[in-house]
Amino acid sequence: MMTKAIFSGFGGQGVLMMGTSLAHSAMSSGYHVTYLPAYGAEMRGGTANCTVAIGNEEIASPVASEPDYLIAMNSPSLFSFQTKVAARGIVFLNSSIISDRPSRSDLTVYSVPCGDIAQDLGNTRVANVVMMGAFIKKSGVVTPEMYLKSLETIMGSRKKGVAEVNRKAFAAGFDYIKD
Amino acid sequence: MNKVLMSGNNIIGEAAIRAGCRFYAGYPITPQNELTEYMAEHMRKAEGGVFIQSESEVAAINMIAGASATGARVMTSSSSPGISLKQEGISSMAACELPGVIVNIMRGGPGLGNIRPSQGDYFQATRGGGHGDYRTMVFAPATCQELADLTMDAFDAADKYRTPVMILADGMMGQMMEPIIFKSPAPRVYPEKFMLRGAGSGKSKFIRGLLLDPIDAEEHNWKLARKYEVITEHETLCEEHNLEEADMVIVAYGTAARIAKGAIKRLRDHGMKIGLFRPITLWPFPELKLRALSAKVKNFLVFEMSTGQMLEDVRLALQGYAHIDFHGRPGGAVPTPAEFANVVARLYNKRD
Repeated sequence: MMTKAIFSGFGGQGVLMMGTSLAHSAMSSGYHVTYLPAYGAEMRGGTANCTVAIGNEEIASPVASEPDYLIAMNSPSLFSFQTKVAARGIVFLNSSIISDRPSRSDLTVYSVPCGDIAQDLGNTRVANVVMMGAFIKKSGVVTPEMYLKSLETIMGSRKKGVAEVNRKAFAAGFDYIKD
Repeated sequence: MNKVLMSGNNIIGEAAIRAGCRFYAGYPITPQNELTEYMAEHMRKAEGGVFIQSESEVAAINMIAGASATGARVMTSSSSPGISLKQEGISSMAACELPGVIVNIMRGGPGLGNIRPSQGDYFQATRGGGHGDYRTMVFAPATCQELADLTMDAFDAADKYRTPVMILADGMMGQMMEPIIFKSPAPRVYPEKFMLRGAGSGKSKFIRGLLLDPIDAEEHNWKLARKYEVITEHETLCEEHNLEEADMVIVAYGTAARIAKGAIKRLRDHGMKIGLFRPITLWPFPELKLRALSAKVKNFLVFEMSTGQMLEDVRLALQGYAHIDFHGRPGGAVPTPAEFANVVARLYNKRD
């Protein structure tokens, strides 16, 4: 098994946190994993993306040639990365702000209005966790329990309220995707 | 043993502190900033730890030279242009036989270049980038686990041979995260006779690189040369991957070696027998191991994120016994395994 995913969006949307939390839960689940952020002269509101590779054996390159999943949190991310996604790959779109669709017809698209769902929960900043709920449901790379445990570890247990809203956000995204 | 998920830059910092590094001086530069940041945060929590954000790279290397002379375990870090600035100090440390670890998280060059991962500093690192007859040991990790292990080993090697040791990685190694386990470092072995601790009523000790009498200087140079011979004989490290039945071998180090492994995996599915020879120490270069390979393999492909620097060491090692191709991506370009696989497949299919 080898799964590669690219998370991409505006700086500030928590895109790197999506990758870190997934990488952490993959590690806790006993997989080999690499996490590679795009770095550079970036700023809030600029672009951010990261690649996570999860596998049963040693991962050669953290650079993904053909990621199985693209999680696009804004339109520029969709345009930048849709050509890289593997044939018959899966794309998750933050449909709260992306009205476009991929130009490729072989991709399976899941539109998740994660911004709106987060707003309904009273905190727009958890849109990324909503999306992670949807992603974990569909990809099944790690169990929801393991993911939530990693998320809590990464966020720190100091703020009880944060953990609570994250759990709710994750559940909302998870339930949004129907089997 | 607990696995932890950390970025390469943070791993180097944590490994250094665990290995007993208690003096760090550095000046910020991308893509190694997280290492300086990590030391700022954690050195003050380590007993006796000193962190200094120096006024320049030149100051940082001279600060660690001074601290090393007093017997501290020392480290500095920077990225390509900053490492150029440190060269006079590294030469000085080699001359004065001062142990210390210098980390270079390479970026695109020459000049200020850019902040993308690159491997253009191979010559500078392996030839002794400063002036004079000296060498620096160079470790080239390719995984986060190796970053942790080799950082600890670098301190031991520096003490053992009383010489500056370089960790040569690139921006991708510095930024990426992988699960790792920190090993328990061995206790430090470094005799007090090499440290300047104040003579008191005893005899004065000197540590100096200025030897005005040419006969003294010549003897000192030969003494260093004999030391480098011992290092060459005992300290080479390499990884041999998939070499059984290989009829083409890629030679690559660090990030390039990882991309090569990805390409090899793809091509194996198409029946192409390709192996990887990965030097882990770049100086001393694992010359004899590579030469021995040429007895059964006649086609080698050197792959570097540069215009071809390690290529020269491969040529010296193979001495014309095998055919050598080269593929380079300088200036901060990082190919995907799929892109590199196309290059390899083309060369594999027209091999002798």
